[in-house]
Amino acid sequence: MSARVARAGRAVLGVAVTAGGWEAACRAGLVPAAYLPPPTVVVGQVARLLATPSFRADAVSTGLSWAIAVGGATMIGVALGLLMGAVPVLRALLAPVVEVLRPLPSVALIPLAVVVLGSGSQIKITVAMFAATWPVLINTVHAVHAIDPLQVDTARIYRVPRHRVLLRLTLPAIAPAVATGIRLSASIAVIVVVGTEFLAGGTIGLGQFAYLQGATVGRMDLVLATVLLVAVANYAVDTALLGLQRRTMPWAEPQEAR
Amino acid sequence: MTSPPDTSDRTVPSTGLHGPDTARTNTTQGRRTPAIARGAAVATCWVSLWQIATTLSVHPYFPTPLRIARSAVDLWFSGPPAHLLLTDQVLHDVLPSLGRLVLGWSAAAALGVILGVGLGRSRYAYDYLRVPLTLARALPQPLLVPVLLVLFGLGPSLTVACIVLGVIWPVLLNAMDGARDIDPALSDTLRVARIGRTRWVLHIVVPAAAPRIFTGLRISLSIALILMVVSELVGSTNGIGYRLSIAQATFDLPAMWAWICLLSALGYGLNRLLLLAQHRVLAWHPRLGQGTT
Repeated sequence: MSARVARAGRAVLGVAVTAGGWEAACRAGLVPAAYLPPPTVVVGQVARLLATPSFRADAVSTGLSWAIAVGGATMIGVALGLLMGAVPVLRALLAPVVEVLRPLPSVALIPLAVVVLGSGSQIKITVAMFAATWPVLINTVHAVHAIDPLQVDTARIYRVPRHRVLLRLTLPAIAPAVATGIRLSASIAVIVVVGTEFLAGGTIGLGQFAYLQGATVGRMDLVLATVLLVAVANYAVDTALLGLQRRTMPWAEPQEAR
Repeated sequence: MTSPPDTSDRTVPSTGLHGPDTARTNTTQGRRTPAIARGAAVATCWVSLWQIATTLSVHPYFPTPLRIARSAVDLWFSGPPAHLLLTDQVLHDVLPSLGRLVLGWSAAAALGVILGVGLGRSRYAYDYLRVPLTLARALPQPLLVPVLLVLFGLGPSLTVACIVLGVIWPVLLNAMDGARDIDPALSDTLRVARIGRTRWVLHIVVPAAAPRIFTGLRISLSIALILMVVSELVGSTNGIGYRLSIAQATFDLPAMWAWICLLSALGYGLNRLLLLAQHRVLAWHPRLGQGTT
């Protein structure tokens, strides 16, 4: 218990020293405060922004797009991963495609998405879904491979119906790896959604807000406040998903993904 | 956190999606060719399918692969013979982009490994820096471009700064975790044996952390590519991202597809190179060291 308190204390001290150093550097004029405002100003702006209705609408739009992208990526990734894991021909055909498409930087698709999809939320959702599908898909395929063949054969010998094998054996077996994949995807999707809003314009979203404040007005305090907010949200989602994973799948220690 | 280093790789698999069967055929040199031939056949199959689908649909936004290839030749390989047929776009856009990418990524990698290993072996550094580091890892890097733009100005230094600041955290955190996870029995034994400090770091700590370091390097490579494109789309007057935005603005769809294909090829090729390096460096590792790509 006391060890825990000591660790928490050290974490708080670490944050305080980091923020203090940043603040001091700004106040001493080491970094131009107009370009890199001190943390007190940034945190103040976070509070002010959260009270602004239009900013809250931006946040809701970003959050919804993120949720749709992660949900879609999970469904596509798990379904495709199960198919690729179960049907060798499909795997032989699709694996090269995945290997070529996965390293493609998702932002490179933004110009294409803008031309094809117009200027609505569908752009950010599509691009984020593209980026977020790979971790789920790849973790699913690997997990299907890692299932003990003895269990599958046993189920087959006892003539367990296929849907029951899927529900009772395959899905529970791959769940921890899929959860890790979703956690990675969630974190990637946050950054891609916000980044797409920033680059592709559109009309609403946190990235769009940061673009307007940063590129046109030069309000770096508002940009950094948005950045901080997104980073905290990203961190909070990751921690929450990790907790959920630990609680619902106590048999598998989640792998640290960074 | 407590997972042994050799399972860490499973979150971001290094090898492709081929099953264990492919892995086995690849380790024996003699059966390598069929795997390559099979890959070529599958690739041909997909490209022809793409060609047929785009020919049938005749949609201006989806040019045929042949049309894209012709555009790529015009863009990159129609230069004067003195430049080996390479065009100005290769010399003034592709190569500078690549240079910034490699410079930014390797600087971040070197810094990340050194700091990460140092912090990982320190007793309390992790406790103190946990929150700032994980927050830095969670930053939406593209949104930092305007801030970096005013700090570094338009130009190559912006791209390099973006890449370094975005890419250093995964390397640092993974190196730190790798260095923290060294078996205490091993470190105690070596302390009793009074092994020198440099030898301890170079021969024990770095190799033990290497699998995690490579995981971090692979994640950071893909982020580096993204940030190269983002920073060039926003604040550059040359580079691949800049050309991509020009192609979009002028509705030159075949050129746009050609640049996207180039980026995909770059991502694929660089990833392959990194995997080759990993297989070399981690040759001793039972699972990660095998040439299974």
